[in-house]
Amino acid sequence: MAKRFLSIWFRHLTTDWFTMRQPNLGTQPFVLAALSHGRKVITAANALAQQQGVSPYMAVADARALLPGLQVMDDVPGLPLQLLHTLGGRCVLYTPITAIDPPDGLMLDITGCAHLWGGEQPYLTELVTRLTNKGYHISTSIADTVGAAWATARFGQPGAVLPPGAHLQALLSMPPAALRLPAATCLRLQKLGLLNIGSFIGMPRNVLRRRFGEELLLRLNQALGIVEEAITPLQQVEAYHERLPCLEPILTRTGIEIALQRLLEAICIRLQKEGKGIRQAIFKAHRLDGCVEQITIGTNRATHNIQHLFKLFDIHIASIEPAAGIELFILDAPQVEEVPTLQESLWGSTPGLQQQALSDLLDRIGGKFGADKIYRYLPNEHHWPERSIKQATSLGDKADATWQSAIPRPVQLMHQPEPIEVTAPIPDYPPMLFRHKGQLHKISKADGPERIEREWWLEEGPHRDYYHVEDTNGQRYWLFRSGHYTGNKPHQWFIHGYFA
Amino acid sequence: MPIHKKEIISQLQRDILPLQGFKQPAGTPTRIGLGAVEEAFPNGCFPTGAIHEFIGTQPEHAAVSAGFMAGILASLMKSGGVCVWVSSSRALFPPGLKTFGANPEQVIFIDLQKEKDLLWAMEEALKCEGLAAVVGEIQDLGFTASRRLQLAVEHSRVTGFLLRFGQRKPTANACVARWRITTLPSVQEDGLPGVGFPRWNVELLKIRNGKAGSWQVQWSAGGFQVIQEEKETIWLNASSQYGSAI
Repeated sequence: MAKRFLSIWFRHLTTDWFTMRQPNLGTQPFVLAALSHGRKVITAANALAQQQGVSPYMAVADARALLPGLQVMDDVPGLPLQLLHTLGGRCVLYTPITAIDPPDGLMLDITGCAHLWGGEQPYLTELVTRLTNKGYHISTSIADTVGAAWATARFGQPGAVLPPGAHLQALLSMPPAALRLPAATCLRLQKLGLLNIGSFIGMPRNVLRRRFGEELLLRLNQALGIVEEAITPLQQVEAYHERLPCLEPILTRTGIEIALQRLLEAICIRLQKEGKGIRQAIFKAHRLDGCVEQITIGTNRATHNIQHLFKLFDIHIASIEPAAGIELFILDAPQVEEVPTLQESLWGSTPGLQQQALSDLLDRIGGKFGADKIYRYLPNEHHWPERSIKQATSLGDKADATWQSAIPRPVQLMHQPEPIEVTAPIPDYPPMLFRHKGQLHKISKADGPERIEREWWLEEGPHRDYYHVEDTNGQRYWLFRSGHYTGNKPHQWFIHGYFA
Repeated sequence: MPIHKKEIISQLQRDILPLQGFKQPAGTPTRIGLGAVEEAFPNGCFPTGAIHEFIGTQPEHAAVSAGFMAGILASLMKSGGVCVWVSSSRALFPPGLKTFGANPEQVIFIDLQKEKDLLWAMEEALKCEGLAAVVGEIQDLGFTASRRLQLAVEHSRVTGFLLRFGQRKPTANACVARWRITTLPSVQEDGLPGVGFPRWNVELLKIRNGKAGSWQVQWSAGGFQVIQEEKETIWLNASSQYGSAI
């Protein structure tokens, strides 16, 4: 399909924004100014000020001499780029590929989008009406190439829709600046009397290159469509992306549910055909006021089961605030994986970590509370108790070590060993009694010591001598002495766990 | 003919149980190797598809109950089944389960803070057919909440375990069984030094359609051994002491 591009030029981007916030500014000339080298220089002027001869890069003092009643406001640094990002985000309603075109424009790739609005002219009118109603002064055009659309919006007839193939004719009468050339090149072309593109387009290419450099040729080729020019979209379009525009703004939960159901059906049928399933999906609702509400879900196993995915989203639908209404729903699947095609067993599946019911359950729990609340542990090849287990990353994770069972380990382990007071014969006998939380335990039986060293390549510190002890009530504890006996250092003994 | 009489009585008991609303689980009954303790259960087999409650007051009791329960879990998870463990302040050390034969890899832990969330997660898990067991460390369990859990398992036939510690007085609820496990000093043969096999005093305080009782159980040689030396078995009347809820 032949590419079509729409260029939007905001004539007074920042001043329009100020006027929108303070409507009384609309009727008087005003400028934005910033300090530069110790004097105030105008960075932007509104339409009224420009009509009376005030232009950017003028010193404020000069402009005041010209227009005594001129309003001067402080410029906000970085404002134009911020505005362009916001505006570009809103134009997602019209096409998924929108790019910003600094300093004061937007570039939309509208290939295959305009027919939804009944043709390019109604499409353009709709977009222009929307932005103009907001209060922006814009100039737009549609053409075959990025360069031609850019040039026509700024130097051609505003609102022009160049039919396919007509861009060469339109470019001929435009000045060289329409080719997005540096100011120095434009000046040199002007000095040589080459006042429009038509006057040098027919010259031999090697002559142009020698005189004006590679850039002129590149820009020329880009404008003519000989060299392809890519634009960088604000939002990366996912490979699995479905959108549902609404005729009337959606306000109710039922409406949102219907939209979600339709989008899921569309995306799941496609995934099913390709043998893939969703691992992560994002449901976005674009509101009338330009805000985007979104829900993200993740699954433990790739799935294209519509009911299951719907249930995962359903938990969060209440968090979508429709405000004035939702006009566009988008469903993205940024993470998809191959689904192993399994033969359904007739008499129930085998119980285990791979069963569908379990991953559905974990999806529901993870969707409600967050996936970081779910843990599974595998053995780790360390003797140090805190490091002897590691978290499994997925349900399919297999252990690469075996669980150590030669020496019994406690059933409960404290997060932090707690210091205890102990009476123990030296050098390395088990304690005779210990006091924990004010309670005295007399030890009747003990095993140990089991010395566990810290791994010096991981951390430094004293080793631990563990004892498995039983008190007179038969309660069993895991105690340890940290390091060797050194002088009269208090709290060398700790309790670390309970045995069953 | 005492033997003949015994047969008649056991036949009558089997006939009465369905009338009382007790459903015989389909398939072969799960043997958990508790020996004499299993005679206290209805039909003489461990009730799967029911909620079992373990109570205690001290952290030591929690560890002991977890150990005893891990022994039961081991036989429930033998065929590769998965256990879901829901708790708010988890102290369980997974390698400790291995001592009692349960595979820690088959246990999925869910850590939540709010009591309401714990109950929601536990109920969802109990509804999930195909799980071997669900363990919940839940402090406060109202009667209604326990009914919901019990109804969930009656559909899915998943076995649920509730660990409730730190509570002074157990309240009435709809659980099928209530256990209290306390420690006993281990006994070393021939007076050898060191710590012996874990030994517990297992009290079955309440069991629906069964007989409550108390036993001394030891975990050795990879299974439960009911200590036979002391023949006297104390039959506790659960309804008089703790007020049966059902």
